[in-house]
Amino acid sequence: MTDFVQLCVAGVSIGAIYAMAAIGFVLLWQTSNTINFAQGEFVVLPAFAMVLFFVIFRFPFAVAMVATVLVSTLLLGFGVKELLVTRLLKMGVLPLVIATIGLSLLIRYSLQQFWTPLALPFPAIFSRDPIRLGTIVVSLEELGNILFAAATIGALQVFITHTKLGWAMQAVAQNRTLASVLGINVGRLVTITFMLNAALTAIAAILIAPVYLVKYDIGVSLGLKAFYAAIIGGFNQIRGALLGGLLVGVVETLSAAYISSHFRDAFALVILIAVLLLKPEGIWGVKEEWA
Amino acid sequence: MPLGRWALRGLALAAALALCVVLPSTLDQYKLYVMSLTLVYAILAIGLNLTLGYAGQISLCHAAFMAFGSYAVAILGQHGVPFEIGLVIGVTLAFGWGLVLGFPALKVKHHYLAMVTLGFNIIVFLVLRNWESLTGGSFGISNVARPAWGSLSFKSDRAYYFYILAWAAVVVASAYWILTSRWGRAFRAIRENEMRAEVVGVSLMNYKLMAFAVGAAYAGMGGALFAPLLGYIDPGAYTLDRSIQFLMMVVLGGLGRFEGPFIGALVVTVLPEVLRGSEGLYLIIYALAVILMMLFMPKGLVGLWDLAWRSSRSVISPSTSSASPR
Amino acid sequence: MALLEIRNLTKHFFRLSALSRVSLSVEPGELLGLIGPNGSGKTTLFNCVTGVLRPSDGQVFFRGEDITGRNADAVYQRGIARTFQLIQLFPEMTVLENMLVSAQEKKGRLFARLLRREEVEETTRALALLEFLGIAGLKDGLASNLSYGQQKLLDFGMALMSEPQVILLDEPMAGVNPAMIKNLIGHILELNARGYTFVVIEHNMEVVMSLCRRIVVLSQGERIAEGTPAEIADNPLVLDAYFGR
Repeated sequence: MTDFVQLCVAGVSIGAIYAMAAIGFVLLWQTSNTINFAQGEFVVLPAFAMVLFFVIFRFPFAVAMVATVLVSTLLLGFGVKELLVTRLLKMGVLPLVIATIGLSLLIRYSLQQFWTPLALPFPAIFSRDPIRLGTIVVSLEELGNILFAAATIGALQVFITHTKLGWAMQAVAQNRTLASVLGINVGRLVTITFMLNAALTAIAAILIAPVYLVKYDIGVSLGLKAFYAAIIGGFNQIRGALLGGLLVGVVETLSAAYISSHFRDAFALVILIAVLLLKPEGIWGVKEEWA
Repeated sequence: MPLGRWALRGLALAAALALCVVLPSTLDQYKLYVMSLTLVYAILAIGLNLTLGYAGQISLCHAAFMAFGSYAVAILGQHGVPFEIGLVIGVTLAFGWGLVLGFPALKVKHHYLAMVTLGFNIIVFLVLRNWESLTGGSFGISNVARPAWGSLSFKSDRAYYFYILAWAAVVVASAYWILTSRWGRAFRAIRENEMRAEVVGVSLMNYKLMAFAVGAAYAGMGGALFAPLLGYIDPGAYTLDRSIQFLMMVVLGGLGRFEGPFIGALVVTVLPEVLRGSEGLYLIIYALAVILMMLFMPKGLVGLWDLAWRSSRSVISPSTSSASPR
Repeated sequence: MALLEIRNLTKHFFRLSALSRVSLSVEPGELLGLIGPNGSGKTTLFNCVTGVLRPSDGQVFFRGEDITGRNADAVYQRGIARTFQLIQLFPEMTVLENMLVSAQEKKGRLFARLLRREEVEETTRALALLEFLGIAGLKDGLASNLSYGQQKLLDFGMALMSEPQVILLDEPMAGVNPAMIKNLIGHILELNARGYTFVVIEHNMEVVMSLCRRIVVLSQGERIAEGTPAEIADNPLVLDAYFGR
């Protein structure tokens, strides 16, 4: 039993990181109908940035972290939105989708070509020492990840529900035309959403860098997990993405421990089929009245 | 559709067919392989263009339908079943599953449908990887046999190329027929204004189901021809990445346009090859090209064709209101 | 027997009641007018009858058959056609194609439509109709390139293609210039003389009064009056609905 709980904690720890990527993905979809196929690479790029600032330049950790988040917000948030999205959004969903696919390829292979195809080790932020809580043993890292992620997501939730800007975001997410009629600058809001997403993925990168190694192609599976999390959790609600991310983390960790490698994916499969058949909008998703 | 347009297309297709017949004698083995692959991908792209481009139904699981064709041919081939039978079974399986996917298409729209089809692709991939007794799991199936009719064998690359070409011609002819029939008009009506389409009697259920099923059947056909081309298949060829590749082909070529899939298949298959000389930069250049194409030619490369058509039209008869060819 | 019979039709949108127990019947060969201030539920009524919306309660009978809640294509197949207040065409298809689509689904079965039967006959009929409406010259132009008035005519033509028994016209004169209005009235009267039944929603009182022999008045989702044009014009409830107290 203690094993199970420990595994769950580990699962929640990694799941919280997936959740952040999934939440960003959902935010982008909600406010601008963007399916960001480069979301995985939005995590990889800041991870490399972190290596640059923390390992190579040897900035203090806090400074490196701030620098990474800033760079990500500027490049992947503001930059991507102004250069790509603004123009492509007018042309419908598909050109933007293809462009984000191109972007993901661009980031991935640029990193491979111009930096390194090898995996870069990243020092642990929190120590991996075990902590005893009653009969359960967890690592500081796992707890640290959970707390950090929870703080971030909590702050995001507060932002969305308690600030004018947050309400504007909700308005745009629900009805873009009405929002603009009410005087909300939709374009600027979308930019802010992109920047938020970039900040989220940057934080996810910082937390995940010690866990996975930093390599150019980890974005592939990360992006996929963000999609999967959004599908099963519900992609029109933040809490859906949160639930989805946590589920993915927990299922992944438990499956790795309990199920032999042959059938490891089966559990994930079953959940996916069940959700798609019974509640295609996601477990905590909301059915939309009109398309 | 102005009759002249489709007649022109027929002529162009005949010319292209002639070119495809003549060209291989000049190509080396590798280039022949690339051409064969392009033909196979064109078949797949035509299917996706039908579902997505003409009927407007988002399908992100095209690779899954392809897998039915590939694995049918490969598995049955292992038991000595003739290739053509494997192909028919693969196509039928794909058609059937296309129908199944069509049902959610009736209930949900756009982004939901994207998610459902994406999920289906993931499911099929996971099944392929885990059902080892049937599919060989991660190791896949090797030595996929090429077709043979008694003593006539299509084993050589050149012979198999012509075999693929023959089936491609069948597929293109059938797509041409379907799209110029009332089905084509019904699909386009659904794409243009679904509500009005229903109000003028277009059964959304029937046509959406068919859009999925026929598109999937073409994918199954492509998959069946793909397997012996490589000689070896594994689940890694049928991932979401592959479905996205077909999506790129169809959008880059030109959605909902007859020429689109041909152009798209050509570009997506050949461009990386052309760039291969650039020492590992080719994927980066390819990615940049994709982004730039979307920024400046969102309607796809057929946009260039349109420009040429319009400027030639204005030379011939400046007063004609140009109906855009569909 | 009434051609089209609507009984106690009700439609809610969340807590908004758009239609409340509206009943009316349409006799074969009639030219029925449906009027009422904005938001009185006229278009909603059309939508519920033609299967675009599912009614919350009530029934619709067509030639004795209960068609309540059936899909739009099923309703169309049975012989009810309509036009739209806000233009709803197939913008990237040609005028001729718009017409052909409106005809093709009436007969035959799905797979039979892969064959090319009846296409010549349908094309001839489409061209004749376009001729009748005066827009035959535009047949190869894109629907989106037409002027507003021409689009209205196309909309009308599409409704006629299936040789329906009842045609529901939703504000056919809105935004149309006076010369065209006369034109349209002429077309409607001629078709009515040939046996087509019409139900017309209109705000243009002159048109309604001259076109229709019977008028039903809706206000805030309820039927408040019915009668000849003269009776309606004098009805205090109607005046109240339009001009308030």
